[in-house]
Amino acid sequence: MTVTDAARDTVAAALESDRVESHLNPPPSYDLADHPLPTGREEVWRFTPLKRLRGLLDGEASTGSLTWDTTIPAGASLTEISPEEARALELAPNERPAALAAELSGSARLVDVPADTRVEEPIVLRLTGGSVDDLVHGRMVYRFGAHSEATVVLVHEGSARYNAISTFLVGDGAKVTVLTLQDWADDAVHLGRDSIRVGRDASVKHASISFGGDVVRLHANVEYAGPGGEAELLGLYYADAGQHLEHRLFADHNAPKTKSNVNYKGALQGTGAHTVWIGNVLIRKVAEGIETYEENRNLVLTDGCQADSVPNLEIETGEIEGAGHASATARFDDEQLFYLKSRGVSETEARRLVLHGFFSELIRKVDVPSLEERLTATVEAELAKTVTSGSSAAALEA
Amino acid sequence: MSTLEIKDLQVSVETEDGPKEILKGVTLTIKDGETHAIMGPNGSGKSTTAYSIAGHPKYTITGGEVLLDGEDVLAMSVDERARAGLFLAMQYPVEVPGVSMANFLRTAKTALDGEAPKLRTWVKDVNGALERMNLDTQFSQRSVNEGFSGGEKKRAEIAQLDLLDPKLAILDEIDSGLDIDALKVVSEGINRFAERDGKGVLLITHYTRILRYVKPDVVHVFVDGRVAESGGPELADELEANGYDKYVKAAAAQA
Repeated sequence: MTVTDAARDTVAAALESDRVESHLNPPPSYDLADHPLPTGREEVWRFTPLKRLRGLLDGEASTGSLTWDTTIPAGASLTEISPEEARALELAPNERPAALAAELSGSARLVDVPADTRVEEPIVLRLTGGSVDDLVHGRMVYRFGAHSEATVVLVHEGSARYNAISTFLVGDGAKVTVLTLQDWADDAVHLGRDSIRVGRDASVKHASISFGGDVVRLHANVEYAGPGGEAELLGLYYADAGQHLEHRLFADHNAPKTKSNVNYKGALQGTGAHTVWIGNVLIRKVAEGIETYEENRNLVLTDGCQADSVPNLEIETGEIEGAGHASATARFDDEQLFYLKSRGVSETEARRLVLHGFFSELIRKVDVPSLEERLTATVEAELAKTVTSGSSAAALEA
Repeated sequence: MSTLEIKDLQVSVETEDGPKEILKGVTLTIKDGETHAIMGPNGSGKSTTAYSIAGHPKYTITGGEVLLDGEDVLAMSVDERARAGLFLAMQYPVEVPGVSMANFLRTAKTALDGEAPKLRTWVKDVNGALERMNLDTQFSQRSVNEGFSGGEKKRAEIAQLDLLDPKLAILDEIDSGLDIDALKVVSEGINRFAERDGKGVLLITHYTRILRYVKPDVVHVFVDGRVAESGGPELADELEANGYDKYVKAAAAQA
């Protein structure tokens, strides 16, 4: 039995004895009967356009796959594992898409970084879909041994109806960065669940960046295998006309002295652009001395957009260092634009500067140099669209 | 050259009860090389004058004109006014998170000049302007006005004035909230600008203390949206001694 296995058993035992009845935290189960097809009225589904999921929740079997193009640097490995092996390692699904992915994906993949290993270069997994007609179930486990250091970059491109369950096991004292980029074609549908277990004194940064796709709905869940773990959950999204981008976070403080910090920022432009951010935090009785903060900010660039932002905090102990959240959704600040324009900067350039500023801090925090340029370029390209549409406002003002 | 003519300027703002007239016909001319001070009680229309000239969308011009060297300022967009040579130092400079001062200043200078400043001299110019205002050169790496103290914001406004080098500077209560040392530094910055060839300054202030350091050629007293009286620097001394009461009463009697 490895250290991480032992830790997992401890947590599993703790979860059983300390189950908190809450819609934030539905019970895990591989039995599909426990996860009926949603009607859309459920709290966890009420924001999601079920019809546009194109039957992804129906439970249809499929042998479809994405094309994998990988860079596995020295020190890390990528292997195929059986469903049984995956099940022994992974954090169990507690909602229908993840349960379906586990049931229907066939084999799974394991990214393994042994203990005390420092992987210098990012582990890059580039997943490309061929067509939205392709139905693909994915199942991944990432295991980072104690005191290892690694960065994983997961890129989604092309199109598919893709549903994936992923588990990140971060060993004691490990330092891990995970960046998942959704750069899908316009018609893609993507449901994903990333569950992270943070080892004792380990730290993990998970960044979810969504630009493309028709419907993208992603979970990032964090729990702790011991005290002292830290998780930083970052997100950046940019919804164009008709896009639905949904990010659901859950920080389960099930160990003392743990930290979670959530910071998601999004921009919306065009009719029917819809973003959803749900930030759930549960502080269990045992989780004394923890710190948590979650923040979501949305910038609405045009009329006809909708940004839903819901922070939830459930606290079962008062013995904490700090817990807070902030959520703000706003249009361009006229005073900021006026200030910049009063220095000679054009309306278009002023908007570009403000948006650049809105995202720049977050891009700096993501801190994956190999991707920074691409992120900035993608944001700039998205901005160019609004700058074009924004010029009508400039013309009106002039 | 820089002559600013304000002729019978009338301005209103939208309120819950409909439009409210703030400026009721302001007329004054700042000639080449002159420094004018506008003084007056709260609500007399001093700041409205500043923001209307700069083109803030909150204010509606209902009459009159503003000419900069004969050009119709009111027909220009906000950024066009700046490119024509106007600069407004704000009482509450706005924070722009995530945009560094360096990026902002370079973007502004490029917009004003129509070409990017030469990198080699520019960095030196920026650092020089910051240092003259007692601001650490690290300031250029900070986000625009974010986390600046009140005094730092005002000093950064004057550093911008130095770098962007407009024809005419409108300074809206640049002295408010400054301690005596910062007031001196800011005043010296204004004086350095005013001494350049053909610059005009419109200094809006509630208090006379800045006028000990910045010597106006003309002082205007604003009351109830109009210029109640204009005179030389001695008018400021009289206001220091007697306050605005006399003007406020006269305006009330007229109304």
